[in-house]
Amino acid sequence: MTVTSAEDMVFVQRVPAKVLPPPVTQVGAIGWARTNLFSSIRSTVLTFFTAGVLVWIAVPIIQFLLIDAVWSAKDPTACLPREGHEVGACWAFIHERIGYFTYGSYPPAERWRVNLFFLLLAFGSGLMLWLDAPRRGLGAVYFFVVLPVVSYILLSGWPLIGLPRVETDLWGGMLVTIVVATVGIVVSLPIGILLALGRQSNMLAVRFLSITFIEFVRGVPLITVLFMASVMLPLFVPPEFSPDKLLRALVGMVIFAAAYQAEVVRAGLEGIPQGQIEAAKALGLRYWRLNSSIVLPQALRITIPNIVNSFIALFKDTSLVFFVGIFDFLKTIEVARLDPKWSGPNTSLTGYAFAAIVYFFCCYLMASYAESVERRLGRADRR
Amino acid sequence: MAPGQPAVPAQGTPQGKHLGPPKNALFYDPRLRSVVVQVLLCAVILFFGWVIFDNVTDNLARNKITSGFGFLSAVAGFDISQTLIDYSISTSTNFRAFWVGLLNTLLIAALGIVLATVIGFVIGIGQLSNNWLIAKLSKGYVGIVRNIPLLLHLLFWYNAVLKALPDFRNSLLLPGGAYLNSRGLILPRATLSGHPELVLVALAVAIAIAIVLYTKAKRQRERSGKSIPVVLPSLFLIVALPLVTALVAVHATWTYPEIGRFNIRGGAEILPEFVALLIAISIYTAAFIAEVVRAGMLSVSKGQTEAAAAAGLRRGQILKLVVIPQASRVIIPPLTNQYLNLTKNSTLAVAIGYPDFVQIFTGTVLTSTGQAIEVVALTLAVYLVISLITSLAMNIYQARTRLVAR
Repeated sequence: MTVTSAEDMVFVQRVPAKVLPPPVTQVGAIGWARTNLFSSIRSTVLTFFTAGVLVWIAVPIIQFLLIDAVWSAKDPTACLPREGHEVGACWAFIHERIGYFTYGSYPPAERWRVNLFFLLLAFGSGLMLWLDAPRRGLGAVYFFVVLPVVSYILLSGWPLIGLPRVETDLWGGMLVTIVVATVGIVVSLPIGILLALGRQSNMLAVRFLSITFIEFVRGVPLITVLFMASVMLPLFVPPEFSPDKLLRALVGMVIFAAAYQAEVVRAGLEGIPQGQIEAAKALGLRYWRLNSSIVLPQALRITIPNIVNSFIALFKDTSLVFFVGIFDFLKTIEVARLDPKWSGPNTSLTGYAFAAIVYFFCCYLMASYAESVERRLGRADRR
Repeated sequence: MAPGQPAVPAQGTPQGKHLGPPKNALFYDPRLRSVVVQVLLCAVILFFGWVIFDNVTDNLARNKITSGFGFLSAVAGFDISQTLIDYSISTSTNFRAFWVGLLNTLLIAALGIVLATVIGFVIGIGQLSNNWLIAKLSKGYVGIVRNIPLLLHLLFWYNAVLKALPDFRNSLLLPGGAYLNSRGLILPRATLSGHPELVLVALAVAIAIAIVLYTKAKRQRERSGKSIPVVLPSLFLIVALPLVTALVAVHATWTYPEIGRFNIRGGAEILPEFVALLIAISIYTAAFIAEVVRAGMLSVSKGQTEAAAAAGLRRGQILKLVVIPQASRVIIPPLTNQYLNLTKNSTLAVAIGYPDFVQIFTGTVLTSTGQAIEVVALTLAVYLVISLITSLAMNIYQARTRLVAR
């Protein structure tokens, strides 16, 4: 038997075989669809069913909002259906009333003040929400002290410096929604912190009062708190100090939000390891010093996502000031949609669709921010 | 331990020779400070309470508003569009109106809870589905619904959907002789004769049998490992027994609604306000329940499911015996919270005029009597009682299901 050289061994493959691509059913769009949409008979049936439902819901909505929509019109008759011509959303109506939705009945000549307020607020919230901002202490002073004072002067006016007074009855639309939600969160946060600390205090009276307040307010609907503020507050003070409608609503919102903030902050306080508190005590720090330099800075930092989430809830709940006679964003929509000038079959739906889109985008942006902070804090924890 | 007062006294007793008490020892004594702070706090609150009381008596006297709860026995004198108990505009008292409103609130809450739970669980489990389309669609539902205020949901369903239905003259005729129009849904009304109460008895008997069966089967399973199917037979029993009783013992005569000249005559009417409120709160709360369910399901670690699969349990068994018992401990407390929220949110009924408790009592009765303090206090008391009962039940549940730490 002769030993053949390697060249003669025809069955030896000297170059590696070409790697075959995986079967088309495993990769790419088809593979993805097979694992994610049609993995079993049940899954396939469900996919077709859901797709059907989706088409059934989405097509008319797109048709209404985009395809059949009337984007601009010289007069309201363009939004009325004609023979053989479907009409959808009447965006021309929104376009005409957008000023009302944003500022309410705020005098048009003074609306630059509202715009300036929006800018100042955006700057302030940017500072507060940017976790790596330089000089965050200064930012907090701006947000919690400077901004409220300046905004109050700016919005309600001070004739001495040439800003005519604008009664709060004239405020409305997005302005009121933002004012109520922001005041609600800015004022209720410090109260909530005090309540949360009070709830954990070892002074019996303080603890009892804090728990009573928190559980009482959390146990009743917001609407009743607003009613209470609106009908009982005027009874609580001498008639000459009777607060205006917006102030009453603000007091109601702050009371309500404070109880929820207290629980949010408490969750943050409980996230601080006991060892830190004990270490601080061992260093001789007293109660306020311990909380203000050790506990709260850490607790509030991990609470930011939840504070933003409760701001979202408050932003949505602001629509309830509707019931105590204040023209917030939703109420202006509700008033405008009944305007006889624009009476058409689609005016109401257009108004509601617009409101839904605005609320959705505001809340969605805030929720995304909260989520990103949460992820970031989570990363820091895992380190 | 709560971070209350510092455990270390500020002025420690010096070691060695006695130096005498430091000058400000009294001022820094934590116990004394705590007492002083508490006394001051109580004094401030009492002072404000007194000022408020004083102002209230002044204001009430000036506006000539009587106080006390006498108004409850006065004749209400207003009509209510939906009453579950007898109520008449000319003879019923404000106190009767209180109960009518409370029952309407409880009705919408009970139905809303059932509906929201069903939708919420479907969407919540859908979010975890392997099917991409279902998972995305469920997430989309939660994202969209949660970020739109409930009030807007409500106004949409009421004003844009139900009020846009045809008027009564052009009512839609539904199968079974019911009419749907902008004034609501009008169903045929059944007048029952015979012994309708027997149906309830049959239902109670069926539920009792089901409970006995379930306990027996559980004991059997724990003793011998053999499981007996009980769920389907029990469900069958609960449906069939009352049904058979109804067929045998009850005779129903149906009155069909018909379109008259000014309205629809005959038939039982379901208010559009009721339907709109029910749809809106169910859809809205369902989005929150879905998140609760998702978090609960995710809280059971994957290792548990895999171990159960390795032990030979089938998919259904894994869910029933391993995942659900553990997830429910995480799900039920926040779920109860959502139920409470739903009940509280049903007060938005005021926006569309569904006669719920707040609309009738805090709205109409307050306006007609002017007794703001008494009415608001009673309203708050009602919701507090509902909340307290729920959280009491929750505490008992949590105490019973707490993991025993070893």
